[in-house]
Amino acid sequence: MSVRISEGTPNAGTPATGAARTPRMADHLNAALHTLLESDPRVFVLGEDIRDPYGGAFKITKGLSSRFADRVLSTPLSEGTLVGAGAGLALAGEKAIVEIMFSDFVTLAFDQIVNFAAKSTTMYGRPVPVPLIVRCPTGGRRGYGPTHSQSLQKHFVGVPGLSLHELSPFHHAGELLTHLLSLGEPCVLFEDKVLYTERIFRDGVVDDLFRFDLVGGPSGWARVGVPGETRYDCTLIAPGGLTRRALAAMRALLIEDDLLCRLLVPARLYPLDLAPILGDVTGHVCVVEDGTAGGTWGAEVAQALYPRLWSRLTRPIGLVSAADSVIPTAAHLESAVLVGEDTIRLAVREALS
Amino acid sequence: MTSTILDRDTVPLSPPSGEDLDRLLLIRHFELTLLRLFGEGRLNGTTHTCLGQEYVPVALRPLLDDDDYVFSNHRGHGHFLARHDEPHGLLAEIMGREGALCAGVGGSQHIYHRRFLSTGVQGESMPVAAGVALSLKRAGDGGLACVHIGDGTWGEGAVYEALNLAALWRLPLLVVVEHNGIAQSTPTTAQMSGTIAARAAAFGAAHHRTDSIDLNLIRLELAEPVRRVREEGRPTVIEFVTRRVGPHSKGDDTRSAEELTRVRAADWYVRYAAAFPEVFAAADEAQRLRMARITDEVAARPPSVWRAAP
Ligand SMILES: Cc1ncc(C[n+]2csc(CCOP(=O)(O)OP(=O)(O)O)c2C)c(N)n1
Repeated sequence: MSVRISEGTPNAGTPATGAARTPRMADHLNAALHTLLESDPRVFVLGEDIRDPYGGAFKITKGLSSRFADRVLSTPLSEGTLVGAGAGLALAGEKAIVEIMFSDFVTLAFDQIVNFAAKSTTMYGRPVPVPLIVRCPTGGRRGYGPTHSQSLQKHFVGVPGLSLHELSPFHHAGELLTHLLSLGEPCVLFEDKVLYTERIFRDGVVDDLFRFDLVGGPSGWARVGVPGETRYDCTLIAPGGLTRRALAAMRALLIEDDLLCRLLVPARLYPLDLAPILGDVTGHVCVVEDGTAGGTWGAEVAQALYPRLWSRLTRPIGLVSAADSVIPTAAHLESAVLVGEDTIRLAVREALS
Repeated sequence: MTSTILDRDTVPLSPPSGEDLDRLLLIRHFELTLLRLFGEGRLNGTTHTCLGQEYVPVALRPLLDDDDYVFSNHRGHGHFLARHDEPHGLLAEIMGREGALCAGVGGSQHIYHRRFLSTGVQGESMPVAAGVALSLKRAGDGGLACVHIGDGTWGEGAVYEALNLAALWRLPLLVVVEHNGIAQSTPTTAQMSGTIAARAAAFGAAHHRTDSIDLNLIRLELAEPVRRVREEGRPTVIEFVTRRVGPHSKGDDTRSAEELTRVRAADWYVRYAAAFPEVFAAADEAQRLRMARITDEVAARPPSVWRAAP
């Protein structure tokens, strides 16, 4: 391994010294929504408690209703109906972004998403545009307990007419939102709740060690690696919400275990477009996600990768997910169930030992 | 409901226009044709006919504008034909033939044509219609979204969520309830506590109940409530006391012979035939023949092609 680590290396995720501080994801996403509402008079935003002064449970919509009062609407506690109304707006020629306060509650809108919005794009025999984004603040590590911490991505995998996306600190949120609304089909956008509080990465810089670039367009992949390196011991594939944990694991693996990893983060989780990154997958492949074990997104990724990588693989693709368990509230219990940087590090180390 | 039917039976009917009668009878013969085709094994899947309820959308027809949206349900052929005189396209859709409205993908319960949309999950279209009504309200052209649901569909939470939202936001939403006293096999008395009127009242939505089958009378009754939906953004529930004369779908009627006799005696078809025997008989025969021609023509077409298949 040719990488040299200097003394006093900053923690993973800290921008390289000297770089201007980038915005936090919550502000970045909020700004993207402001821009979108400003530039497109057809865009509506619906959700529970999203209007000012509250501005949404995670403040992602703050300031929007003050500027666009008739297009940013707080709804009653009716997830099925706020998604359905978004689909209705879309059908009538508008564009709708709807917020599920905690993604756990998107189960209440499953019918509207699966049986109406997604199906309507094709079941009437001709393409029917349904420009709708269902925003889902997702994931645990905030102590909200079993019904406010889940990562439900896997439950939406494989629905015809529905695509799944996730925010990452690499992808530009505004470009992603604009792109999703241009698809004419409903999209579920998962947004890690801890990521909201973290700074985004810009200009290809992750930290002192890692750099990134983007391939495959606004919903394509972020490729994170060490400059100059092309052969990695391990390729991690993970949604955006896992970025910080994956980076921390990669740093530890490199410094302490002498294992060089790269990270690939797709903005679109499903359907998965592997073409832009197939050539970048080297070494052991490990797919990491926050959902619970069983019927996972990772299994879907792995089955898509196997036939393409078969001759290159030296061992089975590794799958890392949360435990097959509810997500407990107490911090020590929660961390035992969820994927942490150690979970990732251990999985890679064990596979490669 | 027994007394309602009896009361109403004594009220003389006003003469229908020729156009109205033709439309009522076209729908009747369309539905009878479907049941016959099923019996002959010439149709795939299932269908729900609106036998006995044809007059509901025909009565509403002149009250709705071209720019209004109509959301329909599983029992939607009459809703469609009252709005669009395109029986060929609808039959082709149901038979999977060329010229089908939705390439044969949607079939009987999933039609989207101009501003008419039906889907097969009970109650699901209420929130969607609320969203459409929000867009119509913003456009400010006086358009409304009309949703047809049955009495059984009041078991679905989506209906209440959407009604609440529509009343809260003063959306131009017209909910047409075809209260036929039964949902599939379950009588309303075994699936609904309380009343539709009280439900509407609870949300601050207007409610109007009619037990008439007289097209002209119904229109007189409904003109004002519908105007207020448009002009005041006042969500309104129109409850038609009606009856399902046929089976739920193809041949699944569990009602007693006595009940069926009573329901059939109150059928608009029987009552209009009795009230206006000559014009009725002529129109009935003309529409029967028209439907027979349509059926032969559509049945001879090649299978539909799904060009937009993903
Ligand atoms: C959500 C949902 N549950 C169940 C069904 C099956 N189903 C189709 S029609 C029907 C009865 C509907 O009754 P009602 O609303 O009174 O309408 P009607 O059939 O009397 O016209 C049922 C249970 C369905 N289509 N959707």
